[in-house]
Amino acid sequence: MVSPLPDPIAPFTGFGLGLRPQHYDDFLTRPVPLDFVEVISENFMIDGGRPLVMLERVRERCPVALHGVSMSIGSADGLDEEHLRRLCSLADRIDPLWVSDHLCWTGFGGFNSHDLLPLPYTDEAMDVVCANIHHAQEALGRALVIENPSSYLTFPESNRTEWEFIAEMAARTGCYLLLDVNNIFVSATNHGFDPIAYLDGIPGDRIRQMHLAGHSHGKTLLIDTHDAPVPDPVWSLYAEACARFGPTATMIERDDHIPPLDDLLVELAIAREIAGVRHAVAA
Amino acid sequence: MSLALLQRDFCGWLADAPNQITHHVAETAEEGLAVYHHAYRAQLIDCLRDTHEKCAAWLGEEAFEAAALHHIALHPPKSWTLGRYGHNFAASLSALYPDDREVAELAWLDSALRQAFDGANASPVDLATLADIDWDAAVLRFVPTLTIGKALTNSGAIWSAIAEGNTPPPAQILPQVGALLVWRHELSPHFRSIEERERAILSLALAGLPFSALCTQLVDELGEEDGAATAADLLRTWLSDGLISHIA
Repeated sequence: MVSPLPDPIAPFTGFGLGLRPQHYDDFLTRPVPLDFVEVISENFMIDGGRPLVMLERVRERCPVALHGVSMSIGSADGLDEEHLRRLCSLADRIDPLWVSDHLCWTGFGGFNSHDLLPLPYTDEAMDVVCANIHHAQEALGRALVIENPSSYLTFPESNRTEWEFIAEMAARTGCYLLLDVNNIFVSATNHGFDPIAYLDGIPGDRIRQMHLAGHSHGKTLLIDTHDAPVPDPVWSLYAEACARFGPTATMIERDDHIPPLDDLLVELAIAREIAGVRHAVAA
Repeated sequence: MSLALLQRDFCGWLADAPNQITHHVAETAEEGLAVYHHAYRAQLIDCLRDTHEKCAAWLGEEAFEAAALHHIALHPPKSWTLGRYGHNFAASLSALYPDDREVAELAWLDSALRQAFDGANASPVDLATLADIDWDAAVLRFVPTLTIGKALTNSGAIWSAIAEGNTPPPAQILPQVGALLVWRHELSPHFRSIEERERAILSLALAGLPFSALCTQLVDELGEEDGAATAADLLRTWLSDGLISHIA
């Protein structure tokens, strides 16, 4: 049976940041020049208490995107129904711009790694991912937004590139895309592919959001640590993405060594400037 | 090779369980595999440290990390949420530190406070409604975040000293077994060290015994005057702490 495609997600443009507890007071005590914030869904899929109160207060002030890390759409044994039920409840409560998660798997057979693990890009994985996305979209009553992962290994049995996999996934499920520019750069460096070819292979009309972040250096691999400012090569790739895809909601992810909010706003101004210049050139 | 087999072997490899991960990846994948192997443990250690902050401060970083790795090996995560990972860390510490009982009690207290932090909401009973209550039949209902743990040591005092940035007192075995009471009032988690009598009566109340039966129990133990006075004191304390959500 073919699942019906979900309703479209209306385009939304602007610049945002990930909402982190260190910045709650800033958001609630002064105007913060952001068009939206993104929160980690699982941090608010809870019974009650301060986090939900803070989220609802922030939601009164600006749009919120829900970004998950535990849906595990690549798990061969399907989605966790309790996770899905709680995510539906949170989405109903917050009325987010959209609900996103990652092209990855986090666990199998009752074990949960709580890490974003890589998939082989095979026919079978495509069927698994699409079935799980259809299931989640039907439960949520909305299209999902799926983020490209960073990865540290590939599988010899893969028979398509990551961008070919993503394009086919989006076409089959009607899902949208969250393009993480840092993840493309990290994976391109780690696996030796051309990041421009990646951008050229992504269906631009499905992109609803872009992520920017910093990374760190392992022995020979780049590691997606979100603990440093956006580096120059990622800004350059972002400029290429802006030139191709036009105005797209963009935000900076910072999950460790989190600086004061004003420092992140200065960094976000760079994104605004790059996007403005590139969109003007493209127009 | 199926996706399910790959994922089974990857999980086994992460958890140091029997696996055939090398059948699925290239020989050059060694460093990449190591990244995931490290990240799995690092994230869980961070999670345990974040939840058990005072216990970690008491044990010291090296000992805490060793205990965390022991726990991770025994209890690989099963739930979709990291929020409850380590709810049984106190039991692992109890086995590792059988002669230092304050260690497990600190871990229990850390964990209970964290669970109270984002537990279900409930408002304290409206004191204005108390005058209309039939106390002969009244049953006390408590906020859902309320939980009680046994205390053989001065772990509550140690926890408070660490929280306030003071030098914690030496661990001591209490002269009489006590308990730690944890709950959330409005948006803030609280705890209080309590004596065995309050723990026993509160446990009966949580089991649904009417308030009149709690009074009878205390009168049997303490005599008419002291029993009634103790019941009144306990009720007053529970109300002022915001432990009671409803009186049926």
